[in-house]
Parts: sequence; structure tokens; C-alpha cells
Amino acid sequence: MMRDPSSVAIGIVMPLMLILLFGYGVSLDVRSVPVAIVLEQPSPQSRAVAESFILSPYFDPRIMTSLPAAESLMARRDVDGIVRIRQDFTRGLQSGNAQIQLLLYGADANRARIILAYAQGAIAQWEAQQTNPNVPVVVGPVLVNTRMWFNEANDSHYFLVPGLIVLIMTLIGAFLTTMVMAREWERGTLEALFVTPVKSDEILLGKTVPYFIMGLIGLALTFLGAEFLFHVPFRGSIIVLTGASVLYLLIALGIGLLISSWVKNQLAASQLTMVATYLPAMMLSGFLFDLRSMPQAVRVIASIFPARYFVSLLQTVFLAGNIWPVILPNSAIMIGVIVVLLLLALLATRKRLA
Amino acid sequence: MWQSALRIWALVKKELLAVLKDKRSRYSLFIPPVLQCLIFGYAASYDLNDVPYAVFDEDRSIQSNDLLFRLDSTHVFRRVANLQRNGDIATVIDNKDALIVLHIPQDFARNLHRGSPAAIQVIADGRNSNTAGIATSYVQSVVDLFNDNWRETHAQPAQSVQVAWRAWYNPTLETRWNMIPSLIGTITLMQTLLLAAMSVAREREEGTFDQLLVTPFRPMEIMIGKAVPAMMVGLVQATNVLLVALLWFQIPFQGSLLTLYAGLVLFLLAAVGIGIFVSSFAVSMQQAMLYAFVLIMPFALLSGLTTPISNMPQILQYITLVNPLRYAITIAQRVYLEGAGIDLLFPDLWPMVLIAAFTLSIATWMFRNKVA
Repeated sequence: MMRDPSSVAIGIVMPLMLILLFGYGVSLDVRSVPVAIVLEQPSPQSRAVAESFILSPYFDPRIMTSLPAAESLMARRDVDGIVRIRQDFTRGLQSGNAQIQLLLYGADANRARIILAYAQGAIAQWEAQQTNPNVPVVVGPVLVNTRMWFNEANDSHYFLVPGLIVLIMTLIGAFLTTMVMAREWERGTLEALFVTPVKSDEILLGKTVPYFIMGLIGLALTFLGAEFLFHVPFRGSIIVLTGASVLYLLIALGIGLLISSWVKNQLAASQLTMVATYLPAMMLSGFLFDLRSMPQAVRVIASIFPARYFVSLLQTVFLAGNIWPVILPNSAIMIGVIVVLLLLALLATRKRLA
Repeated sequence: MWQSALRIWALVKKELLAVLKDKRSRYSLFIPPVLQCLIFGYAASYDLNDVPYAVFDEDRSIQSNDLLFRLDSTHVFRRVANLQRNGDIATVIDNKDALIVLHIPQDFARNLHRGSPAAIQVIADGRNSNTAGIATSYVQSVVDLFNDNWRETHAQPAQSVQVAWRAWYNPTLETRWNMIPSLIGTITLMQTLLLAAMSVAREREEGTFDQLLVTPFRPMEIMIGKAVPAMMVGLVQATNVLLVALLWFQIPFQGSLLTLYAGLVLFLLAAVGIGIFVSSFAVSMQQAMLYAFVLIMPFALLSGLTTPISNMPQILQYITLVNPLRYAITIAQRVYLEGAGIDLLFPDLWPMVLIAAFTLSIATWMFRNKVA
């Protein structure tokens, strides 16, 4: 295995690359958004509004005086939003019906929505600071105090980086195993091994052990990256983390063995593994997109794939601690999947030899 | 020239035959893209439509009831528990029974009537901080409505400043609208890159590539003969995804098909170029596939598909400049949602030509010199 540089590429380079890419490249947090602030008639009040955008860490504003100029900036995607303070703003404040217009670049919907919330926050900030007695300041009456448990800093790396473990294990366990085994089947070298006195179960075991070890190395790398590069809190116990990871790794290996014993062709096997393991681990596991955002039918589909249970467990062990009511059911489901998979894989291998 | 075209045509026919003759590989080329598009279209969303929540209402007043009723009638919030003790909050959050807990303190109604700020507490499960943030913003918007209503009925002055907002190109801010057009590029990239890499690698593994080189074909012609079929498959896949977007998800198409396809052809050329480039370094199909896969990952992550490029650190933003998918996604989104014309897209078109020219000429050079 080590003779082939491409296996090493998947086993070692890939986890490192994923950690760095996800850690530094992927962030759902919105910071310093370029916006244009259009002051159609500069006045102390409208400047104060602009000031609250300038002070906010979320915005990187440009002050302008005409709307068409700002609109052409947005058409070129140089700014993600326009805050328009109209000519009659100051007058409107006195009569109690001032309006601030927000134009958002909606083609990235999620970002636009976050920007909207931050902009409303900046305007609320300005309102709260208004000390002019002529302008009645209305706050509330009901105020919402929000507390985010487990992730007080509101840092998306806290859930993205632990979630990487599921991707890495899927790649090593399922994808790499499938590729290697499909190749051996294609070339007939596996049949050659089976005629030796070694038992077929032992051969399968021998073939998968290196990938099992590589998977554990991937786990260790991700864990170290999470702790020392991105300072993700780890509130559970390492034993639980390792145990759960071993379970998922066994599942990935089982799927890999199974697919490679069904599909002879390397290209087809790799495609099938992608669709059956990698994509669900990325899209349907709750790693990137929360399951609660999906319609019922898709959630049912998602619950077929074991990645979903592992992600739930990972996020809990890292951020919340050893919460047994979450850990136990998820582990039980994974153990059930392992038993079924290994039985199927053994059956499939034997049948194919016969 | 004419003869050269004929020779290329023969190669193209042979390649298409090799790819499409097997039923299983026909399926694996055309069914998964459509399935992926459907599943991603539903899965890839940050909009919540089910928020399980628990309430710890210490006030039990008409007002607190009214607020809760407003939450319940959104059909997004689903009340899973009415808590009796402060200590229960941790349990429902820890066990993932509720995404948020609403804590209404004893003096809620009293404060409301006195006109002093009545605070409620929202505790969110931050294990997925993005989801938690969205859920709390939903609570905020329900509370805003409650506040407006309260001010109206209690003769308090309305909020002095109204914020009116409007989103361009996607008026209801649906994630799906920007996700699906981006998938046109993403899904075809994966498949065409792999296909191109494998078609060369297979011939090399089986030794037929050397045979091809001793035929009257020039290396350039072989290259074109390999590139064109993969691009044709890619165009069909892109069309399938486009049809899903138009007919299934019914996302309105604003631009011109001609512009979109012009962009796609250049993109596919770049993708195929990278595929052949990769395969010129690989000795076996397996290596070609693994290398292709190692490349596809960062291409997909650094493309702006899931997170905006402007959020990335400067050095990664530079790396995205050699990523053809980055340009394909920009072009697809802008043509599809904004109706942008080819003049606005020029900065995204020429880099792909450059990528294709670079990778294909290196690959040609590699093939010629490895054999010699």
C-alpha cells in the first residue's frame, strides 16, 4: 500500500488538506461586508447612522451620495448591500416616519439574510444611542436576550472542524477501500489469494487493517488540528470520541468492502461510493447543512445513512460533553449497522468466489 | 486539415462508444447528476422549517401566552416541552430535545404594563452555531411583531425609524435559488474531470495508448479526440441539471441560454484539460482517479458554492483564481439569476481559456516525451 503514492495522498495529504481548507477557507461567519451607504443629503443624523455602520465589525462601508452609483457597484458585485438614507430622513425623524432603505445582493441568500440581521442591529444600535430629546426612542417593549450555549463565541469552526472527522473517515474507510479492492478484483489478484490456504475472512481482515490504521491516524490529525490550530473546545472524553470513531470507521470499511464486491469496474465502483457514502456524509449528515432545514422526505433519506448519527455524536462530544442520552442511541444504531454490513460483506465475498 | 478532422471524428466516435456501450456506466453518468441535483436542492438549505423548542414560563400571564401562541402559529416552531424548573433547561438542550428554550421571567407582564423593558431569555443549542443563529433570529422577528402590536394597542409611539429592505435577484432570499444554478458547474466538473482522466489512464493501463501513438494520429489530434467526448457528456449533464432547475424547482431563468452555454463550453474545456493533465502524471487508473479526487475537493470547497470567496483569507482567495469552478459558478449564478450579458462576464471567461491552454499543452508535451 505504501508503495503507491496515491494511497498516501488520500490517507495523509487529504486529511491535512481538509483541515486547512475547512479551517481557514470555509467560514459561515460574516465579517466586514462591503456595503455602500448612500447619504442623499448629509446631515448630523444621517451621518450618525453611517457612523454606526463604520463602527460595526460586520461592515466595511463606503460613503456615497448617489443611488445610481451605488447600484452600479452592486451590479458589479463590489458591494453586497446598499444602505440608502433618503433626502427627507432628517425631516422624517421629526415627524416620526423616517425610513432607511436596505438593498441586498440576494443571489447569495444565506449571506444576504445574515447581512440584513446585522444591518438591523447597526440601526438599532444607532437608535439606542440617540440622545436627542426631540426624537422619541422606542426600544422593546419586549427585549430578547440570547445566549448561545456550547459556542459562546458564535464561531462556525466549532462545528465544521469536528465534522471533518466524518468526511475523512468516509474517504479513507469507504472510498480508498473500494478503490483498492475493486482494482484487485479487476486484476484477479484477490482470487489468487483465495486459493492459498488462508481463510477468506482472514484475507479480508488483512486487507482492511491498513485502512483502519490510516483512519485512526486521520482522526488523530483532525483532533490535533481542531485543538491546536482552531482551539475548538473539547468537553467530552477522548475514550468516547475514539470509540465512536472506531464504530464509524468499521461502517465505512464495511460499505467499502460491500461495494467493491458488487461492482467490478473501478470507475463504476468509485462513482457508487461517492454517491452512497461521500456525498451523504457531506450533504445529508448535518455536518454542513442542518437536518432541521430539510423537508421531511429528505430527512427520512438522511436517516438511512450512518454519517448522520456520527455527526450528531461528534458535535456533542466536542462541544457539549459526555451526554449519554445522545451518545448511547447513536452508538447503538451504528453498532447495528456494523453487524448487518459485515454479515453482508462476508456473504458477498463467499458467493462471488463460488 | 480535412483529413485531420476526419481522424478526430473517428476518435470521438470510438470514445463515445467506449463510454456509452456499457449499460452500467451509462447509468452512472446520467442518473446520479439528476439525483444529486434533486437531493442537494432540498438538503442544501440554511432556511429552517422545524424548530423544536421548550418553554420555561414563570409568568403564566395573558401576555406571555399571547407571545407563545404567536410562536406556535408560525408552524416553524414546535413546542416539545413546558418546563417547570430552571434545571430542566440544561436537560432538554443537552439531549437535543429542543433547539431553543424560551425563558419568560416572572415580571414579564408587570414590566410590559409599567412600560419598562420586559426581557425574555432565549437559550440556543450552539452545537451548530449557524442553525442556532437562524433560530434566534426567527424568535426575534416574532417578538418584533408582538412589539408592533403592543405599541399599536397601547397607544405608544411607533418605532421612529422604519427599515425597509429589498433583495435583488432573489426577492424571497431562498438558498435554493443560488444553490441549484451553482450545481450546474459543480456536478459536471466532478464527472467530466473524472471521465477525461480515466479515459486516458485506462488506455495507458491497458497499453492501447502506445498503440494509438504509433498510428498516424498527431498528439494534438489524440488530445482533441479525448477532450471532445468528455465535453459532450458534460454538456448533456449540465443540460439535465438546468432542466431540473427550470422544470422541477421552477427557478426563473433571467439571462440568455447562449451566454450560459458559451460559458459552460469554456468551463468544460478547462475541466477536461485538468482531467487529462492529471492523467498524464498517473501510471494507473486508480492513481488518476485518486489524484482527480484530491483536486475536486478543494475545487468544490474554494469555489464559493457553500461559502463566499470574500470570506476567505487573502492567500486562499489567490488560490481560487486557478479554480475553473469558481468562474463557472459566478457565470451560472449571474446569467441565471441576474440575466448578466457576456460583456459583464468577460473577467470570468478568459481565465478558463488560460487554464485549458496551460493544462492541455503540458499534457500534450508529457505524452510526446514519455513515449520518446
